Amino acid sequence: MASLLEPGVALRPDPMVPRLVTLERTRAETADTFTMELVAPDGVTEFPFLPGQFNMVGALGVGEVPISVSGDPQTPRTIVHTTREVGAVTNALKQLRPGAALTLRGPYGTAWPVEACSGHDVVLIAGGIGLAPLRPVIYEVMRQRARFGRFLVLYGTRSPEDILFAKELSRWRSQFDMELLVTVDRGTEHWRGNVGVVTKLVARAPFEPRETVAMVCGPEVMMRFAVAELRARGVAEPNIHVSLERNMKCGVGLCGHCQLRGEFICRSGPVYSYDRVAPLFEVREL
Amino acid sequence: MHLEDLSRLLSEHPFVHGLEARHVAFLLGCASNVVFQKGDFLFREGGPADKLYLVRYGSVGLQVHFPAKGTHTFNTVGDGEVVGWSWLVEPYVARFDSVALSTVRALALDAKCLRRKCDEDHELGYQMFARIAQVMERRLHAARLQLLDVYG
Ligand SMILES: Cc1cc2nc3c(=O)[nH]c(=O)nc-3n(C[C@H](O)[C@H](O)[C@H](O)COP(=O)(O)OP(=O)(O)OC[C@H]3O[C@@H](n4cnc5c(N)ncnc54)[C@H](O)[C@@H]3O)c2cc1C
Ligand code: FES
Repeated sequence: MASLLEPGVALRPDPMVPRLVTLERTRAETADTFTMELVAPDGVTEFPFLPGQFNMVGALGVGEVPISVSGDPQTPRTIVHTTREVGAVTNALKQLRPGAALTLRGPYGTAWPVEACSGHDVVLIAGGIGLAPLRPVIYEVMRQRARFGRFLVLYGTRSPEDILFAKELSRWRSQFDMELLVTVDRGTEHWRGNVGVVTKLVARAPFEPRETVAMVCGPEVMMRFAVAELRARGVAEPNIHVSLERNMKCGVGLCGHCQLRGEFICRSGPVYSYDRVAPLFEVREL
Repeated sequence: MHLEDLSRLLSEHPFVHGLEARHVAFLLGCASNVVFQKGDFLFREGGPADKLYLVRYGSVGLQVHFPAKGTHTFNTVGDGEVVGWSWLVEPYVARFDSVALSTVRALALDAKCLRRKCDEDHELGYQMFARIAQVMERRLHAARLQLLDVYG
């Protein structure tokens, strides 16, 4: 009989059965956020995904949590997750060292509409850890830069020390045609950039609202105000996309943990166009 | 700078968008074109709030200084925004420092002149209050979000 955790099996008929993967590398991004690079034990199995999708990542003996993929969709042999330590499972994941085993189910959920952005200005608005689920979009846009109009990343975080992927962002900004506007809630003595909420960057960001597709990811309160600013600038609701987060258990529409009204976020989300999700935006944690 | 150029710069600033031409002309009488180099102060805490700055270009840091803890920037203001509303309310004293974080080009509207014109023409006064109230509302809202520490 096959073991429940069979190493490196790419396509399982049962989406609830996890795969065993190996932690190849882990990197501290900030004091509480780290990036894990995971591979199949055979080193060759691929884990294709679409930007915005998530995996259920498991620390053995502790539990599973939904984490978005933050890596490059074109390097599917390594699955990359950037995680903020907030509780039991994320803490256990942070303790793991290279070579450690963990479990993976996925990828699940809907994707950011990168294809639909062709010929449009693309505006990404990220708050805090919300930059991680958007990073695959940045990889994709950079790869096919000429297909898109203006490309802007508006990023807000708590302090200069909390800026994720700082080196990569400044490399992209200098090598490619990408406008990066960063703001922090609390400046330090040496910080010379913007201070204030990310939503205020929207008002003066150089994009053509009627030609823009926007993707917003971060704390829900921040997304609500970012959407309001985008609408005030004239971006149409169907062109605004948000990623909703709710507690999840199964990740595949079976348990109802993530249910908001009639929607199972794990299955019909997490990425939604705003016109579809507007009524759900006000629903609190169940 | 020629008056026509100043008039054009003033009309282009978002703060005056939608104002009647006669009111813009009225404001022009209070306006001057100013440049601050990085590190220059626009206002200092406790000093006179004698100007309203319409920032055309650059970044201004709004700061407070804590003894032994140093300077804390709690907001930055950039292109198309305004700095200073203490000129509108007594005792017309600046509540915090505002410093140029880069080269800043702005239009400075003299506060006494503004207040006088607002007294003379209540319609202009209403327009100025409405616009400053909007700026205050946005800043208050932003400050609340910062206080909520939404990324925490
Ligand atoms: C679709 C989806 C994608 C996600 N992608 C990412 C990602 O890419 N990176 C990432 O770091 N996280 C991501 N999350 C959030 C992540 O799943 C949670 O942080 C995780 O489940 C917490 O589990 P835990 O056992 O460590 O903490 P728990 O023990 O469950 O919670 C500990 C404490 O943290 C709080 N907490 C729980 N979840 C969150 C949260 N989302 N944000 C802030 N506080 C929380 C709880 O209220 C509690 O106080 C995603 C969530 C969803 C639904
Ligand atoms: S997490 Fe089980 S239904 Fe969505």
